Amino acid sequence: MAETGASSQTNPMRWLVVATPYLWLLLFFVAPFLIIVKISLSDTAIAMPPYTPNFTGFAALGEFLSELDFDNYQFLTEDPLYINAYLSSLRIAAISTLLLLLIGYPMALAMARAPTTIRPTLMMMVILPFWTSFLIRVYAWIGILKPEGLLTLLLQTIGLMGPDQQVQIYRTDTAVFIGIVYSYLPFMVLPLYAALEKMDGTLLEAASDLGCPPWKAFWKITFPLSMPGVIAGALICFIPITGEFVIPDLLGGAQTLMIGKTLWTEFFGNRDWPLASAVAVLLLLALIVPIVIFQKQQQKVG
Amino acid sequence: MKPSRFDSTILTLCFAFLYIPIIILVVYSFNASKLVTVWGGFSLEWYKVMWSNQGLMDAAWVTARVGVLSATLGTILGTMAALTLVRFPRFPGRMAFTGMIYAPLVMPEVITGLSLLLLFVAINIDRGFWTVTIAHTTFTMCYVAIIVQSRLLTFDRSLEEAALDLGCPPVKTFFKITLPLILPAIVSGWMLAFTLSLDDLVIASFTTGPGATTLPIKIYSQVRLGVTPEINAICTILIGLVTIGVIAASISSKRSELRRIRHEHEALRGPI
Amino acid sequence: MAKSLGPVKRKFSPWTEPSATPFIRFEDITKRYGDFVAVDNLTLDIYEREFFSLLGPSGCGKTTLMRMLAGFEEPTSGRILLQGKDLSGTPPYKRPTNMMFQSYALFPHMSVEKNITFGLEQDGLAKADIAARVEEMLKLVKLESFAKRKPAQLSGGQRQRVALARSLAKRPKVLLLDEPLGALDRKLREETQFELMDIQHTLGLTFLIVTHDQEEAMTVSDRIAVMDKGVVMQVATPAEIYEAPNSRYVAEFIGDINILECSMVGQPRPSLLAGHPPHTTLDSQGLMIGVEQDCKAGVGEQVAFAIRPEKVRISLDPPADGTANAVHGEVWDIGYLGDFSVFLVKLDDGRILRAAQANVSRLVDRPITFGDRVWLTWSVDAGLVLTR
Repeated sequence: MAETGASSQTNPMRWLVVATPYLWLLLFFVAPFLIIVKISLSDTAIAMPPYTPNFTGFAALGEFLSELDFDNYQFLTEDPLYINAYLSSLRIAAISTLLLLLIGYPMALAMARAPTTIRPTLMMMVILPFWTSFLIRVYAWIGILKPEGLLTLLLQTIGLMGPDQQVQIYRTDTAVFIGIVYSYLPFMVLPLYAALEKMDGTLLEAASDLGCPPWKAFWKITFPLSMPGVIAGALICFIPITGEFVIPDLLGGAQTLMIGKTLWTEFFGNRDWPLASAVAVLLLLALIVPIVIFQKQQQKVG
Repeated sequence: MKPSRFDSTILTLCFAFLYIPIIILVVYSFNASKLVTVWGGFSLEWYKVMWSNQGLMDAAWVTARVGVLSATLGTILGTMAALTLVRFPRFPGRMAFTGMIYAPLVMPEVITGLSLLLLFVAINIDRGFWTVTIAHTTFTMCYVAIIVQSRLLTFDRSLEEAALDLGCPPVKTFFKITLPLILPAIVSGWMLAFTLSLDDLVIASFTTGPGATTLPIKIYSQVRLGVTPEINAICTILIGLVTIGVIAASISSKRSELRRIRHEHEALRGPI
Repeated sequence: MAKSLGPVKRKFSPWTEPSATPFIRFEDITKRYGDFVAVDNLTLDIYEREFFSLLGPSGCGKTTLMRMLAGFEEPTSGRILLQGKDLSGTPPYKRPTNMMFQSYALFPHMSVEKNITFGLEQDGLAKADIAARVEEMLKLVKLESFAKRKPAQLSGGQRQRVALARSLAKRPKVLLLDEPLGALDRKLREETQFELMDIQHTLGLTFLIVTHDQEEAMTVSDRIAVMDKGVVMQVATPAEIYEAPNSRYVAEFIGDINILECSMVGQPRPSLLAGHPPHTTLDSQGLMIGVEQDCKAGVGEQVAFAIRPEKVRISLDPPADGTANAVHGEVWDIGYLGDFSVFLVKLDDGRILRAAQANVSRLVDRPITFGDRVWLTWSVDAGLVLTR
């Protein structure tokens, strides 16, 4: 709204604009988290919904509270499966983020150094895969990585592999890394490119003029100035990868442990909603620090 | 500056990595053979099979409806949220509001999906079309808010002041000046919201119910059974739609850019 | 574009008539942003049909003052009266003022014509009246053939004219101009200055202009208010501001000036010549300076002597006996400005004085050059004593 000067304090439109999205997010984003915490403290029951206690009115509040307990969390800490899944998720997310940086940074730098006339085209070429379905992009790799897939065919054709040999990547952690890097590359490249593109080219000329060789100028000028992009890119990738489900499920093997997959199995497979909720709460706790850093950074940019 | 050989090589490799899998997927949708590794000649067989797959077509229809509705709702709410972020620097709970806008952008989908499902169960709503729509509206509105916010940040406030100064009241000023000028950002926000909705598997899986199977859920269940050219066909159509949309949008913006440049040249030649 | 040959500009000085009522009155206006005081208890009167400038460096509060008149900001305390009516609480869209924005703020999605129509439509005028007014405005700014163009299709100068036409279309009681010529190049700016004066004179409107450009303010204004840190330092005609600044701040802000620290020697003596002001004698580190000006400062008090470089004569020859103010020095540096040359002369005590000399002949080699021993002289009515 054009909220300037004398009229702004009394305009009812102002409150409509603020309150509508605010209430929506409170109801459909914040409230669900409170419920998830509550249910993670409940016990499993064979019913619909499959948990007790159900909250019915304030009279039952005391009874309700007495039935809540930390059994689910205790169970999670006792079963090494869950701890391993957490650690494995964080490990896979960390390694993937590093790989993404190693591939994404040179790519973003090359884009930022390209002639200004072709930069918009390059930019669009990075964004285009981002607009196509995540599921489709993961699916495309199955056909390539399967033992009888196209990669095997290619290697056999060029003679790197005997006709009876097959590529053993599909349903391994390697396939998961390939899938993650492939799917998240645009998310890494775009913030890096944004940071590198707006950098003043005369800074490097000044460094060079002052006797600094190009490789040194990169580490002393370019890289430090692109740090906001590096942090943004790393967080935008790391946080969702930690909770990733589709990629480990479709490309990973039985030994690929990721917490998103565990949660899905507990929920859809074992129908243990309280345990799934406890898994979600712990995942959220693990991610709260990076999420807060991400928000602080975005607000600074905004 | 001429691109160095190093840069060109990197760009070529990276774009090859990004595009080859998609190209292969598209090419094999026209494969007459059912085997993925054997090229059996060109055929539209799988498009016919796909077309006659009623389950797939129903899912596509549900997805389109969810997409249009949630993108529209998400765009309205997201635009309001962007206005709140940019135009109202002080109101109680502003910090919390900013947090609620940024958190869904990075929140793992399994958490968002599970928590929304539990809300729907707790308040006793039957899951189906509407719950998926609400879920998609909730996370897409945050993306729209970010896009519209970045446009509003560069918006010249003196345009609104000029309208007020010329006697136009605030609400009318918004609809006559502000809205037309931020419309391109709102439109791209809508398009992003629509594709995100089209794309989503995880949140939809949690929040859907009987009779509201979306396309990604359908594709996922078929993919689990194995790779079939029929899925390649439906994927190709989706990729085609998105590609046409993105390219059309970029051409139209490039055209208007060119027109603007030409007009500026004209203006410089004209009398002062 | 040359100034049209209208009637000769009348003598216009309502501020000197005690019976005249001000058209706009800023009354004890204070504006605070948190701890920062943008405008500090300011009172200012502007008269009808006046071309008034607010002049000062950025951050002096001049734009805030104008925005408060337009209604974009409310004063923290004090009131603004327009024709005696308090404007407090009136939103910008109900005020009889219009503004020409520094960025022009032309609506990019509307044609030139639609931009000019915009304000008129808000008043609910009849279609025919609107069309007639738009045509008149386009003619006034000589843009008749550009009516259908969008702002992006115009040059900077043309955009400036559209902005002017748009803000004039509603015949505001006061037209506010925020750095109106800042975005134009120098030549165009000078032409437009005269055009603005012409339009103001023709339409008989009150113009309030905000600028940091002293030349612009001097050229167009009936009166100038020089501002610093939220207060008005001096309000006067351009000539008064230049020739009789009331403080060091104003003297140094407008044009070029030499300032010498002095102390008062005795009280001002009445002049020997009838009708002349009293004679004040100053001591500036041993250099005795005589000024024809009454001065309220006490004996021995520190004051400043200020003199503009073009009022200091420079000569290779020693002055005639009895010359009031003369000092000896060496040419330290010369700045050649085309129409003028400025000589920086180092006095024997080490201080530097500037003297400007018009270059009346086309000689490339000037008779006075670096290192020359020269005499600087000025008459008793050339400089002035500043007590603050």
